[in-house]
Amino acid sequence: MVAERFPIEEGHVASFARSIGDANDAFYGREAIAPPTFVQASAQWDPDYFLRPKIGQPWFGSGKEPTGVKRDRGAGGGGGGTGLHAEQHYEYARPVRVGDVLTATVKPGKTWEKEGRRAGKLVFSETVIEYHDQNGELVVTARGVGVRTEKPVEG
Amino acid sequence: MGWNVGDTHEVTVVEDLKRTQIVQYAGASGDYNPLHTDELFATKVAGYPTVFAHGMLTMGMTGRVVTDLVGAENLLRFGGRFTSQVWPGDDLTVHATVDSVDEGVVSFTLSTVNQDGKEVFSGYAAARA
Repeated sequence: MVAERFPIEEGHVASFARSIGDANDAFYGREAIAPPTFVQASAQWDPDYFLRPKIGQPWFGSGKEPTGVKRDRGAGGGGGGTGLHAEQHYEYARPVRVGDVLTATVKPGKTWEKEGRRAGKLVFSETVIEYHDQNGELVVTARGVGVRTEKPVEG
Repeated sequence: MGWNVGDTHEVTVVEDLKRTQIVQYAGASGDYNPLHTDELFATKVAGYPTVFAHGMLTMGMTGRVVTDLVGAENLLRFGGRFTSQVWPGDDLTVHATVDSVDEGVVSFTLSTVNQDGKEVFSGYAAARA
């Protein structure tokens, strides 16, 4: 996820906290800080994020029936299509706060392959995203690992 | 809070996970992958038995246990692996075990398991003690 501007907004933080079932007062209000996994929601501010329907463009999810639209193969890091999210790691210099305006920059990481027991060949790819604040200070480093599988994985 | 190495904090973070909560997470996070919310896509196109939760929803619910324990502003590191899928209807329980308390930093091993005792997230966290 690349986002030149990721403004941390009270309503967005609150709706995110609700979605993970977290009623901690720290995450609500004008002085709120963000839950530790909130920076993942920078996807909302990535103009090209491949797992959001784009206005006026085909979407690979179904309507009345499956559409048959093939999805774009986005960069690694999260799950997608037959890709799954394998790992996620965060380091925090300080909490993200309502009112911050972060910038998300992506550094491509390693790619490696493994033979899976259940899903055939597995291709792992790592993505490192750095979130800097309005003063250019590093706030959060996020390292994600995505995996593509040959077959769907259950269980 | 005084930390004792070996202490485990066990918290049930969701019972009978609702499809609507997965939709809530999709909307808030911006990850609209139809695998998580679109039954037709998940079953007919992708070949799964039904939709399943975003790994990051499980990690978010796991993080709640950590921030309740340490105070959200004190967190230094949080991470882990998604070891199994989480399906609608699942119950998830987080086990947070104190590994070490050293130079003002408390470290935890995290294990989130479903109603069958199967681990779905295996991770760690560290915070200012």
